[in-house]
Amino acid sequence: MAAIETQQLAREFEGSIKAVDGVDLEVAEGEIYGFLGPNGAGKTTTVRMLTTLLLPTGGRAIVAGFDVAEDPGAVRRKIGVALQEAALDPLMTGRELLQLQATLHGIAKKDGQERGKWLLDRVGLTLAADRRVGTYSGGMRRRLDLASALIHRPQVLFLDEPTTGLDPVSRKAIWEEVRKLNADGTTVFLTTQYLEEADQLADRVGIISGGKLVAEGTPTALKADVGKPHLELCLVEQAGREARAEEVLARFGTPLPARDGTLMVELEHGTSEVGPIVVALNQAGLDVESLDLVQPTLDDVFVHKTGQHLEGASEETGETEAIAE
Amino acid sequence: MIDRLATNARVVAALGRRSVIQTLRRPQLAAPLILFPTALLAIQTAGAGRAINLPQFPPVNNFLSFMLAGAIVQSVMMTGNSGAIAFAIDIEMGFTDRLFAAPISRYAVVLGRLAATAVLGAIIAVYFILLGLIFGASFNEGLAAAVWIIVLVAASALAFGSIGAAIALRTNSASVVQGIFPLVFVILFLSDAFFPANLMLDPAGWIAQYNPLSFIVNGIREPIIAGWSLTTQLKAVAAVIGVGAFGLTLCRFALIGRVRRGV
Repeated sequence: MAAIETQQLAREFEGSIKAVDGVDLEVAEGEIYGFLGPNGAGKTTTVRMLTTLLLPTGGRAIVAGFDVAEDPGAVRRKIGVALQEAALDPLMTGRELLQLQATLHGIAKKDGQERGKWLLDRVGLTLAADRRVGTYSGGMRRRLDLASALIHRPQVLFLDEPTTGLDPVSRKAIWEEVRKLNADGTTVFLTTQYLEEADQLADRVGIISGGKLVAEGTPTALKADVGKPHLELCLVEQAGREARAEEVLARFGTPLPARDGTLMVELEHGTSEVGPIVVALNQAGLDVESLDLVQPTLDDVFVHKTGQHLEGASEETGETEAIAE
Repeated sequence: MIDRLATNARVVAALGRRSVIQTLRRPQLAAPLILFPTALLAIQTAGAGRAINLPQFPPVNNFLSFMLAGAIVQSVMMTGNSGAIAFAIDIEMGFTDRLFAAPISRYAVVLGRLAATAVLGAIIAVYFILLGLIFGASFNEGLAAAVWIIVLVAASALAFGSIGAAIALRTNSASVVQGIFPLVFVILFLSDAFFPANLMLDPAGWIAQYNPLSFIVNGIREPIIAGWSLTTQLKAVAAVIGVGAFGLTLCRFALIGRVRRGV
């Protein structure tokens, strides 16, 4: 049985605005599914429908075996939700919040206290447990939010942009926690606008744009669909170097048009060819000044499917490996 | 069924406790609920005390005894408004979505907030009763009157709070809820709260006669200045039930609308 299944899920708002337009999803139990898209793509609207906070205007959605429109109470018993911006009461302490969350899920007081204590320890907030949430940093709030979503051991965990606005260290701490949860068997549905997050965490990624699912698959498969890795080379100044280099590079793949003196070649057989290319260039009397191995990114997938870049993608592609000679 | 009711009762109690604590931890919101009505009570009692000599003014030992009910309902309405603002802040920051995503009745979330308003109403009633006793108000019906006033005030706070909660649920905006605050004073001045309706000029006097708040004020005031009258008390209870039913119905529609609209 799929943990999440939607068929033509749709949500239209006043003014005929289609925020989500016929989305079909199937998330297997135990999977981390990354839902990637720019702001306003329909990620949060989808999550709000899947978590019963918003009624769909079309299609249907089954979460943990229950229809979100027909049996929302049963869905809510099976899911954990950490929504955008970590909506926590700044006047409560971390411990009080977890105790309240336990009560909301019908957990007996003593069990709730023990579970809360364990979760606070797990997310590294034991020392801050009796401080008001208003004094927590952004990363601490996110970790508390995550702990509160786990108080009742949910089957499916929804994380809506869990690391937006966090510094890299806090972001990595959240990723680590999500991986641990998933290893314990929890299905995770994660929305994000960060390419790296989807790439690092998700078993499969769905890319949403304009309310429609435009691509879906494992990050590796999605990237492989849009092209092969390519090598960018700068050679030491020598007469006739470009013609000679292109001749050498053509043996390893398809040369791409040079840009500002940088030669480029698409690698037919992947990264294993980097070493032999350098050796071949040296044997041809060409000295390499620098070379970059450039992998396709999920942004390339997004561009390929929609003709636009994901917001902020250029800041964090993070997939270029610079190899200095 | 009983299990479900017990669970929801636990949730209402937990949310109510959280809201009371939240109010007490935000003294800048809690203090005016007591301070302003107390100040107004002091000013009016000191400045307009001779009003009791007016012809047709209800028979009363002193003006403080008359004004006490007005101060109580003023404070109660401000508490209802303040609770609604806190509820709207919860909605604005997404805390209510956290509650709505839990396997509980959505009405329990509203009732939790209103339970806190009722508790704060009871605390206010105790405060003003003690204040009245200290400064010379007489409670003709003794302890029973005091207990009845506390119950009536708590129920009134819940009833008026439900209207504010419905506005918060419908608008998602603390600013809008705060914006209705002046209306509290319009309703108060167009009632028996600060001046007897029979001495007001029409149409204010006519409105005050039928304003549900007048029935509640008279229900609180009567045991202080005169003595029990079943009719007055039944009218007060009916007014509380009417206002509460109106507010809770608005809350119901607002809750249904939220899931449909998503906001």
